[in-house]
Amino acid sequence: MLARRAASFTRRSIKADSKRSGLRLAVSMLDLTTLEGADSPELARALAQRAIHPCPVRLDQPVPSVAAVCVYPRLVPVVREALAGSGVKTASVATSFPSGQAPLDARLAETDAAIAAGADEIDMVISRGAFLSGRFDEVAAEVRAVKEVCGDTHLKIILETGELATPDNIRRCADLVIEAVSAGRELADGEVFVKTSTGKISPAATMPSVLLLLEAVRDHFLATGVRIGVKPAGGIRQSKAALHMLVMVRETLGQAWLDPKLFRIGASSLLDDLVRQLLWTSRGHYAAMHDVAVT
Amino acid sequence: MGQSEAGTVVTAQGWEYSPAPERTRPKIDSEYGLFIGGEFRAPQTGRVFDTINPATGERLARIAEAGQDDVDAAMAAARAAGPKWARLKGRERGKYLFRLARRIQECSRELAVLETMDGGKPIRESRDVDLPLVAQHFFYHAGWADKLHWAFGGRNVKPRGVCGQIIPWNFPLLMAAWKLAPALACGNTVVLKPAETTSLTALHLAKLMQEIDLPPGVVNIVTGAGETGRMVASHPAVKKVAFTGSTDVGRKIMEELAPREIPLTLELGGKSANIVFADAPIEQAIEGVVDGIWFNQGHVCCAGSRLLVEESILESFVARLRDRMAQLRVGDPLDKNTDVGAINSGEQLRRIQSLVTAGQEEGAILHDVQSAPLPDKGFWFPPCFFTGVQPAHIVAREEIFGPVLAVMSFRTPEEAIRRANMTPYGLAAGIWTDKGSKIFEIASRMEAGIVWCNTYNQYDAASPFGGVKESGFGREGGLHGLRAYVQ
Amino acid sequence: MSRLPVVKTGKLWIGGKWPRSESGATFVVENSKGETVARCALASRKDSREAVEAARAGLAPWRDATSMLRGQVLYRAAEMLESRGDEFTTALRDGGMAAATARREVELTVDRMVMLAGWCDKIHQILGCQNSVAGPYHNFTIPQACGVVVAFCPEDPPLLSMVTLMGAAMAMGNAVVTVVPRSSGMLGVLLGEVLAVSDVPSGAANILTGDIEPLLDPLGGHREVAVMVSSGLKKAARTRLRLAAADGIRRVHTIPWTGTDWEDDAETCSPWFLEQFVEFKTMWHPAGV
Repeated sequence: MLARRAASFTRRSIKADSKRSGLRLAVSMLDLTTLEGADSPELARALAQRAIHPCPVRLDQPVPSVAAVCVYPRLVPVVREALAGSGVKTASVATSFPSGQAPLDARLAETDAAIAAGADEIDMVISRGAFLSGRFDEVAAEVRAVKEVCGDTHLKIILETGELATPDNIRRCADLVIEAVSAGRELADGEVFVKTSTGKISPAATMPSVLLLLEAVRDHFLATGVRIGVKPAGGIRQSKAALHMLVMVRETLGQAWLDPKLFRIGASSLLDDLVRQLLWTSRGHYAAMHDVAVT
Repeated sequence: MGQSEAGTVVTAQGWEYSPAPERTRPKIDSEYGLFIGGEFRAPQTGRVFDTINPATGERLARIAEAGQDDVDAAMAAARAAGPKWARLKGRERGKYLFRLARRIQECSRELAVLETMDGGKPIRESRDVDLPLVAQHFFYHAGWADKLHWAFGGRNVKPRGVCGQIIPWNFPLLMAAWKLAPALACGNTVVLKPAETTSLTALHLAKLMQEIDLPPGVVNIVTGAGETGRMVASHPAVKKVAFTGSTDVGRKIMEELAPREIPLTLELGGKSANIVFADAPIEQAIEGVVDGIWFNQGHVCCAGSRLLVEESILESFVARLRDRMAQLRVGDPLDKNTDVGAINSGEQLRRIQSLVTAGQEEGAILHDVQSAPLPDKGFWFPPCFFTGVQPAHIVAREEIFGPVLAVMSFRTPEEAIRRANMTPYGLAAGIWTDKGSKIFEIASRMEAGIVWCNTYNQYDAASPFGGVKESGFGREGGLHGLRAYVQ
Repeated sequence: MSRLPVVKTGKLWIGGKWPRSESGATFVVENSKGETVARCALASRKDSREAVEAARAGLAPWRDATSMLRGQVLYRAAEMLESRGDEFTTALRDGGMAAATARREVELTVDRMVMLAGWCDKIHQILGCQNSVAGPYHNFTIPQACGVVVAFCPEDPPLLSMVTLMGAAMAMGNAVVTVVPRSSGMLGVLLGEVLAVSDVPSGAANILTGDIEPLLDPLGGHREVAVMVSSGLKKAARTRLRLAAADGIRRVHTIPWTGTDWEDDAETCSPWFLEQFVEFKTMWHPAGV
């Protein structure tokens, strides 16, 4: 039934005004991401510029900026400077992304350094090996430790759903990290996110795995009144997929979560397709890649 | 560097879905004749009646009313076509059915739209559920036509002869497929009587039969109301009767056929229960319950119209159910985002309304979610459910055949089994628990012909469907569904 | 000046691709007048290993597809075969068959494919069952695909036998490596072409053309192969095959039909012919609250 419910959202037909506003909403929710070994300051600057002005062409209704730019800690200063005054956030991965296989103190030190360099948001990874071995306390303790280092800095917790293998595991893991990060704290809405994937393995953000996270977040809200954010990441390349996600959020969590404060999409090439679709809805012609891709 | 120019993206009301109308329109004739002996002909009664779109009230076409002379002619055509059809090698008969299945696939979109316009169900359902199942039924049974020898343990079986088949309005084309495909695969010829409010897709299927050169008289369609159906069922030429519809009419047919020794299969009403245990996968159970009662506006014989929830989770389950129900979009069936379409007829709407009123008068508590305003033309009933229901209440006992759920609770598995079985009906049951042994134990004790475990509303041409007790007898689909059509 | 025809090169069909033999060897296909009508690839031991690997890789998508989908694919293959009937008839006639016999064989073959397509989603209802054990358990026996099946085809009837063996293996959800003798080389190529346009997943079906003897050991002894069927092999060859299969304790079936036996529906359409292409799994589950 999980697969069936997840698939039902893909059968919604989003057209006309709802499509236009959905596409713009999706752009405003993007964490524009580059996490490659070959990343350079120049590349990061170009990405930051794209993040502020996603559409190279002026449309009647301006295309909003994205929500954040997400990079490795080393590029945080460059990105922060490039984004200054724009309202777009600087997000950094940390905790030995993507594997998380470094000693805990190294992971915490990296987190600290990224924040010191100016990151507004931290995307951490949990220890999947510990989770799959049943060492849940260890997973929870690490999450709490990272939250401690973060303080008020927004924290996104990557579960790496593709490695967790079963829906039951994904749900259990989501509940576990939400509880761990909430323990003894009064969290503000959107201070913490659960995130599906690093984007480095497949499967990444599938409809069923995101639905599981949305359900965990919904149940937490019903129990505590606190809104945890959700971020699917990885494998979302087409506007259609992004719109399906928005439908799923709307029909599972309601309108409140249709906001970059509570829902983000981690992607890179998706922006190209969103802009192409916006150009099409605006002008009636399908744009070529060279019309939109400026990095 | 620069400021974002966009401002807020989402309006104060939030992100709404724009209308998403299905644009395909089938060609609908202004008037249809009866399909007898491979051609359409005017009824000898001279009488016609209107078929309307229940979402708008507009007339779609005029349908012929078949009288006794017409039914006689159809029976004669079916009887005349019988010997040659039966003598064909199974493989050749199968090829006709393969061809028909292919044509149906090719015309799927038009047929789906026609089904929606004539019956009121959402286009998304007729497109994604009804039509694929229709094609599958013909494909599946095409493959049995040359294998009957093995289907019956090495016995050489023969067709029954002329079959009289009467079908309902809730899945018009699918019910036609369920009846025609096995009958034809086994070498029988047919006289089919569609429901009076939904004849169009069967008549368009007849056109496809002409296109694939199905021998004339193998399938005949006589349109009309209850009286026409009675003429078909009681006709002396008929060697087997199949009826899907209400238990009341099924009873009348049994009485009518009592003096005769012909095989009869009946697929009648239901008041099926979904049993949700505390150890059920709750999200999935919610989906199953929602789908079970509100799919197809509740116009489903096997609808999960009773919900038995383990008491320890009753409150939270009902809260989730209410939230989920609020997501259902009621409206224009031709909008691709509509979840709940129009009620099939004014008569059915009045019946639902009177039962719901009676339910409230008995003291059950009605929960409904009226978000968007309903169109002023057409027949509409938004989804709802009752709590505080006692097993003796009318809403717990009578088949409403509408989007109305009766919620009750239980404390032990024995109580759940007893309550689920405490009904004259016995069509389907749903069991929701993560514990496998519980599933198998309770499934075997359900007095029902179909048990869905951790799922609901699953249909397949290969899976036998049918009920026990007052839900009827006989099975359709699968190996077991062939039995009634051979001797 | 008359036009020079472009003579067809027949290649092997492995993993959805058309490689030549890794040995480079070919053989000539002549018609009854002794004219060369094509060259086909002569499959080597290495090719046969490649084919098994390809079948192993192609197994999961085919086996795990719904049986309805497999039926649809095979029915489509029948449609394709029907529409290209002339090519098959020509190839049969090139092999020495009379025109009317060739036409008839093609028609029988198309019908055979349709018959097998129809079994895909029904065989379980005949071969499977529930077992009534003396205890509070639900017990089911279900037929499942075996895995990779190798089929050694006879020379006669050339097309009908090939499609029957290959189609039966595929209908039951197996991935198949079909070995086709020289005399049927071009028919094997044509059959591969038909399957290639019928949405068969890559590797679910593979066709090797050439001499059967050298491939008995490599295929018979390959431990990725689950089941072997053969028809038309001489006794010595059958013995070698069984000896090769002994290493991995693999099932070997001899299909004893000759000539018109292949046309007998009672045998060829029977569930007990198809039974050789499945494995039975029995599952127990307790029943109790």
